[in-house]
Amino acid sequence: MLRPRIIPSLLVQDNGLVKTFNFKNPKYVGDPINAVKIFNEKEVDELAVFDIDATSNGVEPNYSLIERLANQSRMPLCYGGGVKTVEQAQRIFSLGIEKIALSSAVLKTPELITSIAERVGSQSVIVVLDVKKKTFGGYEVYTHNGKKSTGINPIKFAEEAQKLGAGEIIINSIDQDGLMKGYDMNLIDKIRNAISLPLTVLGGAGSLEDIAKVIDRHGIIGVAAGSLFVFKGVYRAVLINYPTKEEKEKLYKN
Amino acid sequence: MITLIDYGVGNLNAFLNVYKRVDIPAKIARTASDLSDAEKIILPGVGHFDHAMRKLNASGMRDKLDELVLHKKVPVIGICVGMQMMANYSEEGDEEGLKWIDAGVKKFNESKIKYVTKLPHMGWNDVKPVKDLNLFRGLETDAIFYFLHSYYFECKNTDDIMAVSEYGVAFTSAAHHQNRYGIQFHPEKSHHYGEKLLYNFSQL
Repeated sequence: MLRPRIIPSLLVQDNGLVKTFNFKNPKYVGDPINAVKIFNEKEVDELAVFDIDATSNGVEPNYSLIERLANQSRMPLCYGGGVKTVEQAQRIFSLGIEKIALSSAVLKTPELITSIAERVGSQSVIVVLDVKKKTFGGYEVYTHNGKKSTGINPIKFAEEAQKLGAGEIIINSIDQDGLMKGYDMNLIDKIRNAISLPLTVLGGAGSLEDIAKVIDRHGIIGVAAGSLFVFKGVYRAVLINYPTKEEKEKLYKN
Repeated sequence: MITLIDYGVGNLNAFLNVYKRVDIPAKIARTASDLSDAEKIILPGVGHFDHAMRKLNASGMRDKLDELVLHKKVPVIGICVGMQMMANYSEEGDEEGLKWIDAGVKKFNESKIKYVTKLPHMGWNDVKPVKDLNLFRGLETDAIFYFLHSYYFECKNTDDIMAVSEYGVAFTSAAHHQNRYGIQFHPEKSHHYGEKLLYNFSQL
């Protein structure tokens, strides 16, 4: 039986690990390499790492950090942040990253999805959509850490990304980020109905129950969380955590 | 000593790290002469079938590998696309396979997959060994492994099927013919299950 994937999502800034709230106010939570080591011990399903500086500052991906993360990781690793060209994607791939997440570059030039997929294989090309609710209903994709609006409808773009050869869509809710009040279930429904690609949802998980709700409704899906796996308790003390094998089995069976 | 084939495709560091942890010497081969003392060979592979075949054919190691695998019967394990390359052909591309195992590589039939998610087959799935081989020692009952692929290996001879998994159809997730092993999943990214399998390979 194929299992749903439960995925810690880590944000990197200046070589440090941070956590944001509504994509703002990054709080330093530790060393990313150390976090990978802890997640290895906890045998997590997959790990996603996003460099939140690369695109905003217009700089190259931090290859030395990516290589150290990949070397340390004993689980599949997804990297996102600042990837704009086929060459960059291929270089990151050769450092030992299984999945490359693309966002602002493919929103501008959707055909880039196809050209990268031809080199590294569709299964490794992930499109990340940072999504905000519009004031009068509907959703819109943002880039540059939620600062730049694009006018793009995430549901339509997910469909297009599937046609162009993406291997997975990650949908990240800016409105729910860091709040730990649960996922935007309506947004998930809309995207899920539009595509047959693997889908991973991110933004809002505050408890394992929130994750269970998504799995109950959608079965095989990727459920990612940031705050939930790095904070403990109401005062948000930094403590890396992840469900045990038994806890996970329970989440699948509810 | 484990020899990892570096032809510019796939993550070799992940394998080196696993072998370092279980205290088994491993080295990387980039030329035919690096292969002269090979006792056990790992052929990794990711990405597009044609790209991987072309890179291997252009690596200068192809003839030496054929000699070691087909004539000297050195144990070899192909991983993910590395497994698929051991077949005769792949529906993903036009290049010829290595023809080390009599098999073809086919695309999953999406209409048979009952999930909303169709392809790629991505995530952790059960692997059920159907042959009693040392490669799966200690992994006979509850092992799960990480998969990421849209094409699967189909053996011409059912005797060559080593393990099966289910995704819409039951498919061959591990194959075995004489000294040749192929596994569709990623042991280097499958925590202690993968570590055990890679250790077992070193002990064959």
